[in-house]
Amino acid sequence: MTGNDTLGRQATAAPAGAPLAIELCGISKAFGPVQANKDISIQVAKGSIHGIIGENGAGKSTLMSILYGFYKADAGEIYISGNLTPIPDSQSAIRAGIGMVFQHFKLVQNFTVLENVILGAEGGALLRGAMASARKSLTDLAREYELDVDPDAVIEDLSVGHQQRVEILKALYRQADILILDEPTGVLTPAEADQLFRILNGLRDQGKTVILITHKLREIMEITDTVSVMRRGQMTATVKTKDTNPEELAELMVGRKVLLHVEKKPATPGEMVLEVENLRVRDEVGVERLKGVSLTIRAGEILGIAGVAGNGQSELLEVLGGIARGTGTVRLNGQEIALTAAADGQSRRARGIAHVPEDRQHLGLIMDFSAWENVAFGYHHAPEYQKSALLMDNDAIRADTVSKMERYDVRPPIPTLAAKSFSGGNQQKIVVAREMDRNPDLLLVGQPTRGVDIGAIEFIHKQIIALRDAGKAVLLVSVELDEIMSLSDRIAVMFDGQIMGERDPAKTDERELGLLMAGVVK
Amino acid sequence: MDFATLIQILDSSVRLATPLLFACLAGLFSERAGVFDIGLEGKMLAAAFLSASVAAVTGSVWLGVLAGIFASLLLSGIHGLAAITFRGNQLISGVAINFLASGLTVLLGQKWFGLGGRTPPLTGEGRFESITLPFADAIAPLPFIGPIYAELISGHSALVYLGFACVPAAAWLLYRTRFGLRLRAVGENPAAVDTAGVSVVGIRYSAVAICGVLCGLAGAYLALGLAAGFGKEMTAGRGFIALAALIFAKWRPWYALGATMLFGFLEAVGNRFPTIELGPIAIPSQFVQALPYIITVVILAGFIGKARPPRAGGEPYVKER
Repeated sequence: MTGNDTLGRQATAAPAGAPLAIELCGISKAFGPVQANKDISIQVAKGSIHGIIGENGAGKSTLMSILYGFYKADAGEIYISGNLTPIPDSQSAIRAGIGMVFQHFKLVQNFTVLENVILGAEGGALLRGAMASARKSLTDLAREYELDVDPDAVIEDLSVGHQQRVEILKALYRQADILILDEPTGVLTPAEADQLFRILNGLRDQGKTVILITHKLREIMEITDTVSVMRRGQMTATVKTKDTNPEELAELMVGRKVLLHVEKKPATPGEMVLEVENLRVRDEVGVERLKGVSLTIRAGEILGIAGVAGNGQSELLEVLGGIARGTGTVRLNGQEIALTAAADGQSRRARGIAHVPEDRQHLGLIMDFSAWENVAFGYHHAPEYQKSALLMDNDAIRADTVSKMERYDVRPPIPTLAAKSFSGGNQQKIVVAREMDRNPDLLLVGQPTRGVDIGAIEFIHKQIIALRDAGKAVLLVSVELDEIMSLSDRIAVMFDGQIMGERDPAKTDERELGLLMAGVVK
Repeated sequence: MDFATLIQILDSSVRLATPLLFACLAGLFSERAGVFDIGLEGKMLAAAFLSASVAAVTGSVWLGVLAGIFASLLLSGIHGLAAITFRGNQLISGVAINFLASGLTVLLGQKWFGLGGRTPPLTGEGRFESITLPFADAIAPLPFIGPIYAELISGHSALVYLGFACVPAAAWLLYRTRFGLRLRAVGENPAAVDTAGVSVVGIRYSAVAICGVLCGLAGAYLALGLAAGFGKEMTAGRGFIALAALIFAKWRPWYALGATMLFGFLEAVGNRFPTIELGPIAIPSQFVQALPYIITVVILAGFIGKARPPRAGGEPYVKER
């Protein structure tokens, strides 16, 4: 990469005259053979909210972790407020006034809020004095930035939204002027996200600089002043938010035009396929995770289950998919399905229930096994895969895998490649191909596009719609409200193991669903 | 059982609990920092051996104690290197240390002293004397309080008092100091400590070093206080009982005192009453002597309810993905 090129890009990107909070020059970082960041340069103006957008694996988090000293860059320089500042570790980043809220919070679960805040910044060998002064500054910060948290609450008792506030407080307590947030809204309800954005706006008004990493275009458009786009480890553009639009950003992220909205015809519901009555599930410690769920899905219909992660959606999928046990009544095409120990995923598949599980890397695939082996899993008893009573016909499975890979656009279409060697999107397409290609009556699909790039999202959405149009029933679970709203024919919202209500996607909005997701009933 | 017998048994419990208490607190520091240590037994054994050897040669009990701490620290260093720096399996490293100590003590003992793995018996300055607390003789004749003070509380060796003093000291260090906060955090979520700008490796090595010192004291007390010299495999599984006590104590210092006292008491009862007769049934001595181990099994089988170990326990901290 030539210096001129870098300079040229910066010249167009930098807001004229504004003082810079951060300037990164030529940052590169490799993890083994994977080049996560390639010669990245970026400038962030003081007192602005700067978005960094890109697909999963584009290198956003790596770049910010380097800025925070969590990873060490292989090459490149960091300037803070115009001064060259080497950041070999997090201590240096904190000293330079940088705070970071990681996607997976770095909190000690059984410590109190206060203990978490002072950890590493105790200010003396004994805790007593530090605790008292921290308590006071915490109260001040809470008032100043609308960050109310009980300092004596234990972290594991707090909601995710409050845990995030603790992370922000941690940074502010260390007098951070630059706050980096990595995918902060992934775990929040829409209302919590709105509140977070209010807090971030407040921080900006106080002259702080905020860097927001996200893959959600809507958030970028809503709150940022400037946005930088990353693709495959490289910075592809930096633009003023008001000068761009979601379509352009999506194109910059993916490198080609993408359809952001799913096109579908109105549903034509037919016969009743799935009837669930009073379904209850307890987990291994005896806590009731599903508290009497009832729902129905007809042929040619997609029922979307919205909700914040951890409100029983996973259990619903698992019990219907035969992985977990429960009590209640489940009928498929009018015939009752056993929910006892005798039932398993195998018997469910035989009845025509296919399952694309939420966590494809643990439940959907065996990562070290090849693609063709993964395609056979669950259907390995299928007659066309058998050579004789004892032997499997591996050649037939491989041939079938090649054909599935072509039809489901899995790249590269090499059946002998291990599952872990495919990108997230292509891994998901392997699972989708395996489950959808058997023509099931009912498709259970959880988080179909989690960790999947935009291009593959488009493809997977089309496949789900096509299955519906072929007269099949689909149960869709997703924490992405956009996905639920654009795919579903009916939306049911889950909270605390119960269905809070059903809505028609055409007659509802994010606000209403968000309230239901938070357990507020009107 | 009369009052005098009870006092004698309790007195003996205190002595027998002391090495367990040192070892249990040693394990507590290490495991609270996220480094599991099943090598307590080996470290105690090595410390007992070297302390007895040095005390026998120099005739100084305190040089013996220092030598014991040195031996234990050396093995702790190996464990730290394997578990923290090289991110190896902590259980395997612990097992290796146990084997190493078990073999090396006998081998070196035979080579140095030629007594079949034993060290020469210690006398006089080479052994811990019991300390008589002030006014013990004056208070002794008083009913009830007299025996408790003069026999139970007074008359132990210095290491016993040190061991009991370690309990509040450990609690203070863990819960009232910056070091303790970081140590507990490192055992729960090392990434939180790392992102707060504190060295995970540094804290874990400190914890392992404290574990080494305490194990050294445990071993030294075995050879110089409880016995008079080193004998082959003289720890007799105390390192593992200390681990059981640690779980029983839910990784807390004051609970550790209670747990190790219970095990000490059981051992004292076993020593005092080889057979117990409950009406027509005579409990054989083997059973009574096995009682501490049976209780250990029952406790480890989950009798005490949910004891939650430190969340990051046993896992090396790896930052790079």
